Amino acid sequence: MNQTRRTALQVAGGVSAYAALVSIGLLRPGQANAEEIAAAFKTQGIAETLKALGAEGAVESADVLINAPDIAENGAVVPVGVGSKLPNTEMLALLVEKNPNALDGTYEVAGIAPQVNMRIKMGQSSDVVAVVKADGKYYMARKEIKVTLGGCGG
Amino acid sequence: MADPMKIRAKLSGDVADVRVLMAHEMETGQRKDSAGNVIPAWYISKVTAELNGKPVMKANWGPAIAKNPYMQFQVPGAKAGDKIAVTWVDNKGDTRTDEAVIN
Repeated sequence: MNQTRRTALQVAGGVSAYAALVSIGLLRPGQANAEEIAAAFKTQGIAETLKALGAEGAVESADVLINAPDIAENGAVVPVGVGSKLPNTEMLALLVEKNPNALDGTYEVAGIAPQVNMRIKMGQSSDVVAVVKADGKYYMARKEIKVTLGGCGG
Repeated sequence: MADPMKIRAKLSGDVADVRVLMAHEMETGQRKDSAGNVIPAWYISKVTAELNGKPVMKANWGPAIAKNPYMQFQVPGAKAGDKIAVTWVDNKGDTRTDEAVIN
């Protein structure tokens, strides 16, 4: 492939990344806090990310479930499940404390059971935090995962 | 155009167990190539699922979802023959929708 063209495309992709995120978020109907969510993906650490999500003061709850291994051999692929036993669960989110940006993903679970399993990347051993929004209130749970081989450094 | 997703939707009782495997690089924007240049971020930022055209799940993702993302969730109130459709959009605006019949 033409090397200059490839470089140009990569640069263009990087510049438009944030703009694309915002515009997609803004165009999406029925989600008033799209901008907040885009901002929440840029923050570091648990406290700041919770603030960006509007989930400050989330209460620790045994009804928030994290289904994950204690030790992950490969940080590039860590299977994690997030669930909630709280009634009227609206949203699930997963945060990794020591990743460059803590927020991993958010899930609005209007029509599905409040339990989502996924595979994430972890740069190093860290606490993962699950956040659940139920009945307009935020709850959280925390679990440590040890990583023997990091997944963000390449 | 991106490769198709693999979607499996299996009914047990009236709950459909949906498993989705997407084909995507999920580049974080943190890594560098051999010349020391940062590899630009390229990841799926939105995922939605619909049951018979009705939205049931909306997800926002960051780049910390693993490469070739896998996702599993359960849809209550589903019947055999219902259609589950999953759509993703990445940060470059590429998108893909695939559909599976619940069985």
